[in-house]
Parts: sequence; C-alpha cells; structure tokens
Amino acid sequence: MFYVATGAILLALLFVVIRAIKGPTVFDRALAGNSIGTLAILLLASYGFLTGRPEFLDIGLTYGLLNLIGTFAVLKFFRHGDLAYDITDDEEKPGWK
Amino acid sequence: MILANKAVENAADHAVAAAAANPPGITKLTENAELFVMMVLLTLLAAITLAIIRQRNMFGVVILAGIYSFLMASVMIILDAVDVAMTEASVGAGISTVVLLATLHLTQSIEYPQRRSVLIPFFISVVVGAALVWGTSGLPAFGAKTAPIHGHVAPTFIQYSADHKMPPNIVTAVLADFRGFDTLGEVTVVFTAGIGVLLLLQGGWRVTGNGRRSEDDDEQQGMDSSGGTA
Repeated sequence: MFYVATGAILLALLFVVIRAIKGPTVFDRALAGNSIGTLAILLLASYGFLTGRPEFLDIGLTYGLLNLIGTFAVLKFFRHGDLAYDITDDEEKPGWK
Repeated sequence: MILANKAVENAADHAVAAAAANPPGITKLTENAELFVMMVLLTLLAAITLAIIRQRNMFGVVILAGIYSFLMASVMIILDAVDVAMTEASVGAGISTVVLLATLHLTQSIEYPQRRSVLIPFFISVVVGAALVWGTSGLPAFGAKTAPIHGHVAPTFIQYSADHKMPPNIVTAVLADFRGFDTLGEVTVVFTAGIGVLLLLQGGWRVTGNGRRSEDDDEQQGMDSSGGTA
C-alpha cells in the first residue's frame, strides 16, 4: 500500500514540476512551489512508513511551517515589494508610500 | 520534459527489472523503492536545473530555486541525512528565497541574454566537474566497513572520551572538546554575521528613511499623539 502511495506522490510531484516549469504566470509557479512543499511532507511520511522507520515525521512539521512562511513571503514580496509591509499604513496614512 | 519522462520511465524499468531479477524480499523491495524514489527525484532536479538556466523571468527563477531546495531536502531524507535536509529546507527554501526576492526588488526582473561567448565558462565548469567526479573515485565505497572513519577515528573518539571523563554523549564531546576551537570559530562567525546584519538594518532605516522605524516616522507619530492630547 505504501508503494502505491509513494508512487502516486512521485507522479503528482512530476505533474507539479511540469506546471512549475511551464507555468505561464508567477502565480502558477508560486502555487506549484507550495504544492511541492506539501508533497515533500507527504513523501517524507509515506517513505518513512515504507522503509519501516517513521521516526522522522516531526521534520514534516518544520517543513509545513517553512512552506507556509515561504509562500507568504513570496506573495507578499510580489504584491508589496516589502516583507514588513503593514496594510494598516494605507488606511491610517493615505499617500504615505 | 520529454527527456524527463523518458528518464522516469527508464528508472521504472530499471526498478521493475531489478525486482524481477531478485527474489522478492523485504530488504530488496525497500532497496528498489529507495533506488526508484532517488531516480525520480534526481530526474526532477535535473529538469528544474535546466528550467532555471533557460528561464528569463527572475521571479520564476527564484521560485524554481525554492522548489529545487525542497526536492533536494527530500533527497537528503532518502539518504538518511535528516539534519542536512532540515538545513537545506530552512536555508535553501526559506532564507535564500526571501533574500533573493529582496535582491530582486532592487533590480529588474528580466534577464537579458548574454552577448559574450559562454564557451570558456562552460569549458571551465566541465573540467572542474569532471575533476570532482574523478576525485570521488578515490573515496571508500558508501557505507563501507573498511573506511578509515570506522577503523581508526570513531574508536579513538569513543575510547578517549571514556578515558578522559568527557560528556557521555560522544557527539557533544566531539563538538565541545575535540573540536572546541572549531566550534568557537563557528560561534564567532555566527555572532559577527548577526552584528553585521543588525548594523546593516539600522543603517538602512536611518539612511533611506522609508521604513516605519525611521526617525521621521517617530516624529510624525509624536506630533500626532501630542495633537490628539491637546
């Protein structure tokens, strides 16, 4: 069963990498990057059970946090060009930027 | 991508052929699975590397580099190097993506094609890469029992740390006692880098004055608050 799961995850990785390489817009690539992070967690889990050593599942938590923060950073940079951008600045001080 | 698909198919054929040649045992199956997963991941890495070279949009290059780091971290996990995988994921996919994006904000996001010939850099990189691959032929085989690290180094560490009442955790003993000066140097480097980053950040705020922590902003807020109370 874990063989099938691992194979399916690898197939999904292949499709997502195709989308990341072809992806016409930036958002396709950002979404593909996020999906690859998720698939890496899944691969870590299924491969751990496949080899009978699921001790490294905790690493998946770190990957999940990194994935979330990384995607936020990429999209925030794309939108504002500044990682510390505060959206309340626009409301309180119009014309500040 | 046709190339990548073909390579994946070849890897699948290889795994199937290996499974057919050997009687199905648990270890054999696991080894084949490891080989197959490694083949697929390395093929995807090669495809992404080629895409990074061909890509002209710098934002796409940054995201592809992050994807490369995540896949490389997966390869490290398959190779049982979980700590290296953690470092690769946090530094490669996390920090360097953000740093590259910050750099990208200061420059243009379209790469113009090179006017000069790329033959000499190509030649140099091929020669250096071939020399490195040739150098690995002198290394002992992966996981070999006769490697010097298993024959001399590890027993010496274990015996010496027991004789000299070092910490019972031998990894700690190696890092803090055997390699004490090395660790001191590393800590110095990390502290220096941290001080440098702090100075750069403060200097940037003071010079450009467009951050929210700049002195102008503080003055304005002070005026606002004083106006509010008055």
